[in-house]
Amino acid sequence: MFFIEEIFQITALSLQISGIATAISLLLGLPLGTLLALGKFPGRSLLLSLINTGMGLPPVVVGLFVAMMLWRSGPLGDLRLIYTPTAIVIAQVVIAFPVVAGLTASALQALDPRLQLQLRGLGASTPQMVWMLWREARMPLLAALMAGFGAVISEVGASMMVGGNIRFQTRVLTTAIVLETGKGQFDMAIGLSLLLLTITFLVNWALTVIQQRSLRRGQ
Amino acid sequence: MDNKPKGLQNFQMLDAKSGGLVLQISDLAVKRGGRIALEVEMLNVHKGEVLAVVGPNGAGKSTLLLTLARLLKPERGEIWFNGQPASAESALHYRRRIGLVMQDPLLFDMSVYENVASGLKFRGVPKNEIAPRIEKWLAQLGISHLAKRRASELSGGEGQRVSLARALVLDPELLLLDEPFSALDSPTRTRLIDDLGCILPENGVTTIFITHDLAEARKLGNRLAILLDGKLMQTSTPDELDNLPLDPAVAAFLGI
Repeated sequence: MFFIEEIFQITALSLQISGIATAISLLLGLPLGTLLALGKFPGRSLLLSLINTGMGLPPVVVGLFVAMMLWRSGPLGDLRLIYTPTAIVIAQVVIAFPVVAGLTASALQALDPRLQLQLRGLGASTPQMVWMLWREARMPLLAALMAGFGAVISEVGASMMVGGNIRFQTRVLTTAIVLETGKGQFDMAIGLSLLLLTITFLVNWALTVIQQRSLRRGQ
Repeated sequence: MDNKPKGLQNFQMLDAKSGGLVLQISDLAVKRGGRIALEVEMLNVHKGEVLAVVGPNGAGKSTLLLTLARLLKPERGEIWFNGQPASAESALHYRRRIGLVMQDPLLFDMSVYENVASGLKFRGVPKNEIAPRIEKWLAQLGISHLAKRRASELSGGEGQRVSLARALVLDPELLLLDEPFSALDSPTRTRLIDDLGCILPENGVTTIFITHDLAEARKLGNRLAILLDGKLMQTSTPDELDNLPLDPAVAAFLGI
């Protein structure tokens, strides 16, 4: 039987893990996506294809590979990260970062290419130009962030494989739903599912409000 | 001196009158897509003048403009900018001394005021200096009433005025205009050309104005440079050009 405190703990942990994973994915994916969209270097289209493939990685496969790396006997086993929240964050970054990078690249490539010439012609340095281009593409970039968060808050395969669904330690909403369903506790599983849906809705609603407000103000 | 062509003597006379060259190009060649797309044997731009570069589509006009904005690297030759070789300073520093207006306004998704402020912000101009400069140029271009409007709500003519203000507010040592009127309807275009015909000389803005339209070039340019098939053929005053086209191709282009 779940107590309200336990549900609260699971929800907070889910948000924390997926929030951190999304933030790291943004820190990695925004620069990489920008480089792929604006840069000219050998291997660019190969890398772009890899990132686009990565946008559709099955979480359970990611979970398997990350778990193999983190197992005690694996190459990173000495870090003792398997079955910790950190392990779930790592797996979720692997899932979300290609989504953020790929959508960032396509958002910037959708801008008028002459905008870069105009910005350079106005005396923008490269960082100033990139900043202005991000600003011009802020709507699809926020959509990229939402897609990244949506991918990791809802995945179950990776969290299960690298987290192990340990009560009070690595149990998150999705793995708890799987467990309760397996036990035949459908009322609890449905309750947790509704909670997950509500949280996903609230987060995306908040981001949408930010997005639309910036559209109206034009800032 | 005497054996030099007439055009050259004219450059020197103009030189003495106007007190300096903003731009000097000699023996410039620019490659695009593996072939030489532009060759300029010699081109001088004097302080305060409007030089109209005219030529049909595909003559290399945009290549010239992008090269002058240092957005393209020449294959050979040097651009001298106010007495210094342009390559002596970084492309960024060079670009912060010029202004660029393109065929479409390419405004940023922000207010008109912020658009005009953008180049000043890139240069780190202090805030208290920004406001009076913007107000001056919005007034000059007759768009003060649009300051708070969003760029996306403007008409084509208004947008191009904002784009011009955004470049002119920088007090550029050289203003580059790339077909700035060609996307506008005829009455809007005429009004904007008339306004610029006053604004540029009044403020002494040295300008290179690129166009395919000979009538526009005659209206706005103190001198015309004819660009045909990637080669700069002749640079003269409009009268001189009509009286003495140096090449049959130039005469044909002028319809003489």
